[in-house]
Amino acid sequence: MQMPTPDPQILSRKARVVARLRDVLPRDAVIDDPAETRAYECDALTAYRCPPMVAVLPATTQEVSDVLRICHAEGVPVVPRGSGTSLAGGALPTADCVILGVARMNAVLETDYDNRFVRVQTGRTNLSVTGAVEADGFFYAPDPSSQLACAIAGNIAMNSGGAHCLKYGVTTNNLMGVTLVQMDGTVMELGGAHLDAGGLDLLGVICGSEGQLGVVTEATLRILHKPEGARPVLMGFDSAEVAGACVADIIKAGVLPVAIEFMDRMLIEVCEDFAKADYPMCEALLIVEVEGSDAEIDAQLALITGIAQRHNPVALRESASAEESARIWAGRKAAFSAIGRVSDYMCLDGTIPVSELPYVLRRIGEMSKEYGLPVGNVFHAGDGNMHPLICYDANKPGDLETCEAFGAEVLKLCVEVGGCLTGEHGVGIEKRDLMSHQYAAPDLEAQMAVKDVFDPAWLLNPAKVFPLDVSEARRAAALAAE
Amino acid sequence: MDVLRTEQDVAEAVRDAGGPLIVRGGGTRSIGRNAGGDVLDVSGLSGITLYEPGALTIVAQAGTKVADIEAALAAEKQRLAFEPTDMTGLLGTSGASTIGGVMATNASGPRRIQAGAVRDFALGVRFVDGAGQVIKNGGRVMKNVTGYDLVKLMAGSHGTLGVLTEVSLKVLPAVEAEVTLVLPAVAAEQAVRAMSAALGSPYEVSGAAWIDGDVWLRLEGFAASVAYRAEALTPLLAAFGAVEVVQKADWSRVRDVAPMHGAEAVWRISVKPSDGPAVIAGLPEGARSLMDWGGGLVWVRHDASADLHRALQAQAATLGGHATLIKGPEALRAAVPVFQPEAAPVAALTAQLRARFDPRGILNPGLMAA
Repeated sequence: MQMPTPDPQILSRKARVVARLRDVLPRDAVIDDPAETRAYECDALTAYRCPPMVAVLPATTQEVSDVLRICHAEGVPVVPRGSGTSLAGGALPTADCVILGVARMNAVLETDYDNRFVRVQTGRTNLSVTGAVEADGFFYAPDPSSQLACAIAGNIAMNSGGAHCLKYGVTTNNLMGVTLVQMDGTVMELGGAHLDAGGLDLLGVICGSEGQLGVVTEATLRILHKPEGARPVLMGFDSAEVAGACVADIIKAGVLPVAIEFMDRMLIEVCEDFAKADYPMCEALLIVEVEGSDAEIDAQLALITGIAQRHNPVALRESASAEESARIWAGRKAAFSAIGRVSDYMCLDGTIPVSELPYVLRRIGEMSKEYGLPVGNVFHAGDGNMHPLICYDANKPGDLETCEAFGAEVLKLCVEVGGCLTGEHGVGIEKRDLMSHQYAAPDLEAQMAVKDVFDPAWLLNPAKVFPLDVSEARRAAALAAE
Repeated sequence: MDVLRTEQDVAEAVRDAGGPLIVRGGGTRSIGRNAGGDVLDVSGLSGITLYEPGALTIVAQAGTKVADIEAALAAEKQRLAFEPTDMTGLLGTSGASTIGGVMATNASGPRRIQAGAVRDFALGVRFVDGAGQVIKNGGRVMKNVTGYDLVKLMAGSHGTLGVLTEVSLKVLPAVEAEVTLVLPAVAAEQAVRAMSAALGSPYEVSGAAWIDGDVWLRLEGFAASVAYRAEALTPLLAAFGAVEVVQKADWSRVRDVAPMHGAEAVWRISVKPSDGPAVIAGLPEGARSLMDWGGGLVWVRHDASADLHRALQAQAATLGGHATLIKGPEALRAAVPVFQPEAAPVAALTAQLRARFDPRGILNPGLMAA
């Protein structure tokens, strides 16, 4: 994975940059000792590492503004970081950058049940947003698997999804407003506790812009009352084709489950080993969850299991207790860590039209043989968001490169069948160089024009999202302007 | 101008344009300031290009009539969950609304409060920018974070950034049953309290409006579920009066703002729901209002008045939100900012984005000028 060469001029100014940052931040909020900056050398895409020049941990919007103003004046690239759980390398530093971590900004600023929103600082973790309101019966819907650790800042940067977004939508559908700090330090409010934009929907562009347009310090998030209850059912099938057909039939029947998750045999085995959820061993497992009162759940599950019966399931089991439901979900949400116990892996995130699931799964199986690397599949079947997990051995020379090539083939396949490179993890560095497969030059140009407007100097997370050769002229111009 | 049939036709027409263009779909929902120019009619770009009921996705050319899309969806027991508004009655326009127009105005109805807006269901767009270049963004799958989300940017941009040529949308299953709980004769403040109680419950209220002084709360789903939820919700509303259960309330009256039809001037104000009553309390004598979205969307009718317009926008700025003049005489629309003026840094970004997407300033120029 190629990254731009660090700018020696910036590196030579390190002492001055650090001194200026210390003028505006508490002493312990500026980290420049190489032994300590190493803590920020990677995110959850651990295959790629590079310690930053400096890391800063501001505690207020004003401090973020001061940091950005200084870095802007000094021409230093800034890589924003939430909790560092990106699977796409969104928070991967360059050696000449300042990492701006929002971890110290984790307060709940306002809770309003009448208007059904909560306003938080964006360093707060996803799960602790729900934690702040669940005693009163409310929750924040987007639920990425890393929700215990991941920050709202990163959720907004990547427009994170989760298992339950089939019903509740992804981050952008639950984000009402942000406080945004531009690279030059300008602070602005976009959106708020009201719905929809009065002018252009800039909030919609900020969400998912991977920290390239500004740093989001505060967010107004929609909260919902918890459903009366929820219950998953496990359905095992002989093949992915049959499971896929069952999913389409459920959706066509007019039921909209809150989640439809798929796991193949490899994932069932590792997740079972990890979570002891008593998953049925089979080729294709669906976890389908519905919500409501007990009677409503019974009625929906009767309809759903009726559909499943027509597809000759090898297993069909409703969760019998809240405790069992928790284990079923614990296993699914731990899929990435569970496979991490048995192998190094790369997690892909392409989305495909649901109708293409059987074909794409078959092709991935064939590629697995061609490349000689095992693949496990776990994904959000209701919306076609796949997560093939390619296993490799980091200690075996060449294995990572083979894995990268394999991954790229899979993602190109996703685009070919009408899908996209990434459904919820983001482009980061991981899918950056594949962007030209999904988008033609004018499509990318239009996106880069948006960055030109928000960050004319191309200093915010500049080496991400766009293929390096495509963004090179802009990044070079920014350097020359120093 | 020849009839435009294809995206390439649109691209050529924009490239060849010698001056301002008025982008037009069905011509049913034109608002804003009219700066004049040649009409660029995209209603000839018509047809559903792809519909996969099992994937909950539909792709259609921008000029496709909303009615055609709704008919195709109904045949598969599905629907557009954002409940697109029909503005012909309010604006006194005729013709057939197009999906491109719905997208360009983010025209979401009562279900927006629960299901989301047009922007939330928009999966992908193709459009022609002001230089005549064809651009695509997003796609046809339900989850997509590949690059920047220009789909949201196009939703509600009123044709000022590009001419939409194709839209792909997420659709949802239609419902088996619907009921409306009605609380008769409730004052605005109490009405919002009642709506907040309902929307803050686990019963998935899919419409919460205050119309002609009554509160309407809609429940949708499987018949047994709707019956159960109606019963469960009723006690939560006891403090606000006796609940009537209405089987077939006409929600199109809320969606299309029927009580405002025939008004000289109409404003649409989006605020935090609990601020809705404050907007209403500040209205001059003779004004009439309606609240949707649990109180967060206030519609106001009154005689054309620049003073009232300025007062509504000033109040929206203070409360946090926006007020837009949806209908008014040409003279009023020329004299005031039709759209809510934005804070300086936001206005600057907006202006620069327009300059990048439409460098010659020819796409509905000035329509959204604040």
